[in-house]
Amino acid sequence: MPHRVKPPCAEQNTAVVAAFETPASVAWQRGIRSPPGVTAGARKRVQMTSGVDATKLEQVVIRFAGDSGDGMQLTGDRFTSEAASFGNDLATQPSYPAEIRAPQGTLPGVSSFQIQIADYDILTAGDHPDVLVAMNPAALKANVGDLPRGATIIANTDEFSTRNLAKVGYSANPLEDGSLEDFTVHAVPMTSLTIGAVAPSGVGKKDGQRAKNMFALGLLSWMYQRSPAATEKFLRAKFATKPEVAEANTLAFKAGWNYGETTEAFASTFEVAPAQLPAGTYRQITGNTALGYGIVVAGQLAGLPVFLGAYPITPASDILHELSKRTNIGVRTFQAEDEIAAVGAALGASLGGALGVTSTSGPGLALKGETIGLAVMTELPLLVIDVQRGGPSTGLPTKTEQADLLQAMFGRNGESPVAVVAPRSPADCFAAAIEAARIALTYRTPVLLLSDGAIANGSEPWAIPSIDQLDPIDPRFEPEGTQGFQPYARDPETLARPLAVPGTKGLEHRIGGLEKADGTGDISYEPANHELMVRLRQAKINGISVPDVEVDDPSDAAELLIIGWGSSYGPIGEACRRARRRGVQVAHVHLRHLNPFPANLGTVLGKYSTVVAPEMNTGQLAVLLRARYLVNVQPWTKIQGLAFSAEELAGVIDRALDGSLGDLESSKAGDARARATYRRNEEL
Amino acid sequence: MTTIDLNLTAAPEIPAGDPPLKAKDFASDQEVRWCPGCGDYAILATVRGFLPELGIARQNLMFVSGIGCSSRFPYYLNAYGLHSIHGRAPAIATGLAMTRPDLSVWVVTGDGDALSIGGNHLIHALRRNVNLTILLFNNRIYGLTKGQYSPTSEVGKITKSTPLGSIDHPFNTVSLVLGAEATFVARALDSDRKGLGAVLRAAAQHRGTAFVEILQDCPIFNDGSFDLIRKEGAEQRLIPIAHGAPITFGDNGENCVVRSGFGLAVARTGDTPTADIVVHDAYTDDPEYAFALSRLSEQGLDHVVTGVFRAVDRPAYDDTGRAQLAAARECGSGAADAVQELITGRETWTIAEPRKL
Repeated sequence: MPHRVKPPCAEQNTAVVAAFETPASVAWQRGIRSPPGVTAGARKRVQMTSGVDATKLEQVVIRFAGDSGDGMQLTGDRFTSEAASFGNDLATQPSYPAEIRAPQGTLPGVSSFQIQIADYDILTAGDHPDVLVAMNPAALKANVGDLPRGATIIANTDEFSTRNLAKVGYSANPLEDGSLEDFTVHAVPMTSLTIGAVAPSGVGKKDGQRAKNMFALGLLSWMYQRSPAATEKFLRAKFATKPEVAEANTLAFKAGWNYGETTEAFASTFEVAPAQLPAGTYRQITGNTALGYGIVVAGQLAGLPVFLGAYPITPASDILHELSKRTNIGVRTFQAEDEIAAVGAALGASLGGALGVTSTSGPGLALKGETIGLAVMTELPLLVIDVQRGGPSTGLPTKTEQADLLQAMFGRNGESPVAVVAPRSPADCFAAAIEAARIALTYRTPVLLLSDGAIANGSEPWAIPSIDQLDPIDPRFEPEGTQGFQPYARDPETLARPLAVPGTKGLEHRIGGLEKADGTGDISYEPANHELMVRLRQAKINGISVPDVEVDDPSDAAELLIIGWGSSYGPIGEACRRARRRGVQVAHVHLRHLNPFPANLGTVLGKYSTVVAPEMNTGQLAVLLRARYLVNVQPWTKIQGLAFSAEELAGVIDRALDGSLGDLESSKAGDARARATYRRNEEL
Repeated sequence: MTTIDLNLTAAPEIPAGDPPLKAKDFASDQEVRWCPGCGDYAILATVRGFLPELGIARQNLMFVSGIGCSSRFPYYLNAYGLHSIHGRAPAIATGLAMTRPDLSVWVVTGDGDALSIGGNHLIHALRRNVNLTILLFNNRIYGLTKGQYSPTSEVGKITKSTPLGSIDHPFNTVSLVLGAEATFVARALDSDRKGLGAVLRAAAQHRGTAFVEILQDCPIFNDGSFDLIRKEGAEQRLIPIAHGAPITFGDNGENCVVRSGFGLAVARTGDTPTADIVVHDAYTDDPEYAFALSRLSEQGLDHVVTGVFRAVDRPAYDDTGRAQLAAARECGSGAADAVQELITGRETWTIAEPRKL
């Protein structure tokens, strides 16, 4: 896992695995065993007490897919919690439509959740699912293309009606016509089994059939031998106000479990042992939650109240939701009338001495540009979080992209430099947010933090840091009684200006968006002063202290460097591991700091004969690196709203080494143009 | 106009200033650079003269402005100030008011800044009722960009951008802010030092957003725009209002305001039974009354109502937010390590020292 933080509680390290609840009296929990002490070996069968074999796996990728009303995200989240508390390493990636409820049973309405669990340190949610849970024909059709030969499909046959098949263009039932013969298919009438199972709870048929996702979860929990106790507890808590619904969901969950246990349809359960991650206390966390926590902790480290101004926008709204729940620790959130007011209020809060934060996605960042420029001019701390999504314009609201890098760098009028940082994984969002706040407060500057849709909703284990072991942040506000205060007299080392917050007696002053005179901060239209101030603002950003990049090159002999930023860390890292296992030497650099770049980056780039930058855009980092270092950085670009797979990047490494990558990349533009030409010719 | 005691408590969190200040204590070291004859000078003088009455220290005064001639205002006051960007002052001021209850936050804006580019922020600040005092200088023209028509310009206004005359209907500022659920609305004329002072006094006592429209001339691009209510015959047009007083105006109160249909109308006092003359009630919860008053003012300036239209109590957004925060803190664990508990969460697992795979 990336970027682990120091383990907090050394004294707790004696316990191997977390609380493992095994109320032995419950019959349906037969099959639960203590986690095995040994792993390794691809598949090894173990005789279990229940009479079913358990196959040991190092890792498995499971995808839950269904209609957007089927509760697949909840199912995935629950399975994730089970895996996390079991001690697996894991990574998750949800995928859901922009529509809240697309027409039922259609391809656009398919919502899915993918999780990879492993007994070793993994970097991604996996390229291809080993197991697909398909709650309806649309879910099967939308996902079957991603399955490798030999994958397992668990399909809810109740939904495979003639009508539902026709909705997605199946003329025959694929579960019966032999078209799935490459796969192991388990046809399970989940809806009717669920309705039957929940009858004692007294809920109506509608609520009853809605519990079918818990049936699926129960079945998968049995297959992977997960503790059911925590899920039952979760369901009782979630539906505390509706005990009959809680009961129905619990019954459905148990029914799924018992189905696996008793039908003998499944020849084996599977066992993925706990992973040996670095010592520490872990939890599962999504990127948006980690960002929220990072902001809260940054405020505590700086001793400042946290203020978040935000306007709802996918996929950033969860940051607003998270922080809105934190009034008990003094966090103030403001759902503004628009994106501009959101950043404006955050800047106002910063001016008043709070940690001012705004969160948004690309379209919102475009609207905030002028206010960020004001923060550049007034040199106030401001944390701007952009959870990137597919663009331009409204684009692909629920899909990921990295195409706001140049907007973050340059998307304002005038010479308007800001610091830019990017987290590399969901858990890394925590440290990235603290780093961004530290820069903002230390250098009195807006900092743009570029997350993206893949990180925001994806999750992974996180080694929980001990806050008292993190470095404090000193906002260094000017105290009352400061003699000779000048708002634009800079710290000679950081070039940061002194901040006197309103309320400080004797330091009353005025600032604004007009050019400032060096030192006094008075309005100045003087030509030489303007040039001086532009250069000072730029020099301040250029001089931000950032750590050198670390090169991941175990052989120290690679001639190929893959350089990335943001959420591509997982797939690039995994692709490099696979290449190295084949004896291919490749180096990997992943940038946290995009402005300024780390001081050693130019030297590092110069050491490799080939440098490739895979990005989910048309090559924005490559533009910056080429311009800055005059290095022939080759872009490898993908703009599909999807994260890279490790598999495709492993191929990129091979193509880079055999010299064909440049042609492949440049052919993409030509191919696109050709598509338009062909269509026109067809029309003629 | 007489001083109105609105009997509302001023912000309790703002510390009192000492020693007592004078108008000149609020003059900054910056040279005032408005055009000669600009109404802004009179407003600045009145505001400087009024600020000592607030009784709060200079460091607890925060003036936020947007863009436009009026928005240079903060530079000329010896207090904390931010000259921000076009239209956004209410949003920025909202963030300040929410986080700093110890500040008296003022927004200085103009008809273009507040009603055109910043219209959205204005109406939302008003409906939230944030603790702000908003001074809108309305000169019915864009001055700083050298003379284009504004959203309060009368129809047919010939300007550089409307050589054939403007064709869009203007806002009635007071009607607009009442529609935006404003709790305090007043209007004054820049040159009416006494009336403006009284309105500022009432505004400063209001908890929530106090909105004050100040009618003002731009001698360069819209000279004489308000002459009809300044020069001879002005008393036939200006309708001053005071809470509890019958609304009469003109020579010896020869005109009055009466109910008419769904709204109000002007009538001859001599022809009107005393009981039919409307007695001004700034405290009535019904916004319909204040709205009807606002409709007496027309773009042609046949009548212009001045004074406090409406001053009602409604919880202020930032006060309520602070109350929520305080309540949540009390209900919370209160533990010093609440943040550590938060990030640790409920479902954790612990891994011991590495072992060989």
